[in-house]
Amino acid sequence: MPLYAAIIYGADVDYTEPQYAQTTTDYMAFGEAAAAVIRGGAGLYPTSTATTVKVTGGKGGDVVTSDGPYAETKDALTGFYLFECADLDEAVRWAAQIPGAWDGSVEVRPVLPFG
Amino acid sequence: MTAEPAVPDAAGSLDRLVRTEGRAVLATLVRTTGRFDLAEDAVQEAVLRALETWPRDGIPDHPRAWLTTVARNRAVDLVRREARRDHKEEEAVRLLDDPDPQPEQDLLRLVFTCCHPTLSVEAQVALSLRTLCGLSTAEVAAALLVPEATMAKRLTRARQKIAVARIPYRVPDDHELPDRLAGVAATVYLVFNPGDGEPPPVPTVASPRPGDASGEASELARTLHALVPDEPAAIGLLALVLLQQARRPGRFDADGVAVPLRDQDRSRWDRDLIAEGVVLVGEGLRRTPERADPYVVQAAIAACHALAPTAEATEWDAVVSWYDVLLDVHDTPVVRLNRAAALAERDGPEAGLAAIEAVDGLDGYPFRHAGRAELLARLDRPDEARQAWDRALALGLPGAHARWVERRIQGLGA
Repeated sequence: MPLYAAIIYGADVDYTEPQYAQTTTDYMAFGEAAAAVIRGGAGLYPTSTATTVKVTGGKGGDVVTSDGPYAETKDALTGFYLFECADLDEAVRWAAQIPGAWDGSVEVRPVLPFG
Repeated sequence: MTAEPAVPDAAGSLDRLVRTEGRAVLATLVRTTGRFDLAEDAVQEAVLRALETWPRDGIPDHPRAWLTTVARNRAVDLVRREARRDHKEEEAVRLLDDPDPQPEQDLLRLVFTCCHPTLSVEAQVALSLRTLCGLSTAEVAAALLVPEATMAKRLTRARQKIAVARIPYRVPDDHELPDRLAGVAATVYLVFNPGDGEPPPVPTVASPRPGDASGEASELARTLHALVPDEPAAIGLLALVLLQQARRPGRFDADGVAVPLRDQDRSRWDRDLIAEGVVLVGEGLRRTPERADPYVVQAAIAACHALAPTAEATEWDAVVSWYDVLLDVHDTPVVRLNRAAALAERDGPEAGLAAIEAVDGLDGYPFRHAGRAELLARLDRPDEARQAWDRALALGLPGAHARWVERRIQGLGA
């Protein structure tokens, strides 16, 4: 069965803070409900903790790091899941149950098969 | 040349037969191969061979079976050739058996795949014309006024998404069916009336485009109705399309200028299409006693116009009431605008003008300003009318309407 990445965009905040306890609970519940299709995934710290890495001039060039992501957008990448589903309808049904879809958005994309 | 060249009529009906049957065969091939490109190539080959051999050898007893066999053999050939390259011999063999118990559902499955809500509306419209109507990419591009290269790219992307994201090939479950069917109907109606997802305000007109796919759209509406004859949206859509199609001949004068509904030569309307549409409206209404279907209601409004012997004899009271029903199930600014136009006919231009001005959210919509201008002119307020018409023109009122407006402005005098 094909794999889908469900990429979650939402408020760029630290979900470990106590005021997001309900969100954490919602995600735990989702993880249990969707256990049959989840093949991986992670939640992420806010972009203020991120480092952008770039190699100038292509492979072997100078490594340049900078603080945070480049673009300042309202919603940031906050996490992702890998789902194994029969088809896009099923993947969309699960994506709609990710708590991040309720106040942000979830991008569902088919995963390239390797090897 | 053969001794007896086919008469044009016979050639036309053969062409239609091959096209209709080819569509059903395509739907089956998409299912068995799981690939649009392969299925289209194979069916195209079968269709060409039919057009070549049937006029000479006669039409086979079972045209669809004939086409299916030829297309499937061709698909197997193509897949075998690829398989030898990629060492995937078993895929070729899988094509030979057709385990689906309901192949007659294939066309409906194909409709739902092409109009899947995860595809952009542009992609749905393009696929409907290319895959469901069997137009070539060049014809689709011409019908939608898009450069051919752009259209080719759009179709390729849509097919790629269907394949790699696995957009399913199936008829939705009963509980999803009404919603999904509404989506399909919206796409087909957009093919019919590409300027706008909504019926244009009264006076109802669509511009005559170099690329006009309304014929294909009515064929699609017929197909959809044949596939799900009990579904109100399918009944309403077909009724609406037929009733609008019926009035097409009166909508433009010899110079291609739009003629408002009240001035149209009603003797040019197609009575057979009207009769067919009216029967469907009745059936659609009988099937939706509790909650009206938006397409059935829009068709009911179209029927009021189509049945009126003259503009003055139109039952405007009924038209306004139908708009009230439509607002209940489909409340949009354009529907409100159309209701206001009907109100102007029933209660006079003053009431209509007040109603138009009460509609929010249509400042950028040229028909709003044209409708307002018309009522201002009737109220003998020529300066304001001219201003409103100028605004409609500046906002890109379609050509046939623009020419009519230019005439009206001249008619106002200095």
